[in-house]
Amino acid sequence: MADRIEKRIELKAPVSRVWRALTDYREFGEWFRVKLDGPFVEGQTTRGNITYPGYEHVKWEGRVQKMVPEQLFSFTWPHIPSFDPATYSDDYSKAPMTLVEFRLQPTKDGTLLTLTESGFDQLPAEFRDEAFRRNDGGWTEQMKNIEAHVTKA
Amino acid sequence: MSRRRSEARPRRVDQATIFAALGDGTRLALVTKLAGGEPRSISQLTQGSRLTRQAITKHLRVLHSAGVVRSVRQGRENRFELDPRPIVGAKRYLEFVSEQWDEALGRLKGFVER
Repeated sequence: MADRIEKRIELKAPVSRVWRALTDYREFGEWFRVKLDGPFVEGQTTRGNITYPGYEHVKWEGRVQKMVPEQLFSFTWPHIPSFDPATYSDDYSKAPMTLVEFRLQPTKDGTLLTLTESGFDQLPAEFRDEAFRRNDGGWTEQMKNIEAHVTKA
Repeated sequence: MSRRRSEARPRRVDQATIFAALGDGTRLALVTKLAGGEPRSISQLTQGSRLTRQAITKHLRVLHSAGVVRSVRQGRENRFELDPRPIVGAKRYLEFVSEQWDEALGRLKGFVER
């Protein structure tokens, strides 16, 4: 069983455009749906608020690891056991972290973007237990509903 | 026939232990054998394997300490059965994060291609 996530996506936009969408904090916020307080700087933590409907109470936090222009953007971020407003806590000081890496490669038609997230083996048992308890497919369904709702609006 | 669970509750084992326990071909094969749900004895698990009883026991011990296998007493014999909860939970959490990335990357695609 893999302890990491890897995604590859072909984007019909030049590397310079994708780089800006990833590393300009306002542009990142647009597609990620987070309102960030300030720019991404290597070695520093950027904070903000999720703008995704239903998750506005959730704080966003990422510590930039590497910014190699038009090649690599990476940050570590905390995983929190619960988004449920009843049990959610915005104190991430003890939250386990994973590493998110965006790699960009120019292609004939644009950019090949590879996303990896690693470090899931560092997560404590409560994440697994919570995920197990969660209704199978419930979350996916809910997300699809929300997605359908917002794209219609 | 008396059947007693030696451990009713899953123990809280960190993810690393589970990933490490499953990151081995022999142990994955043992998990597959147990996936039918039927408790098996060490003799049954050794059958059809090139490994010795001792080697199988050693691998079972690793799976046991990761909480994915538990021992049950059936009559006078010790048998082993799978506890799918840690594996399913770990897999489900990865799927949950993975789905969020699919959605986010889909939005990124729309954003840079417009």
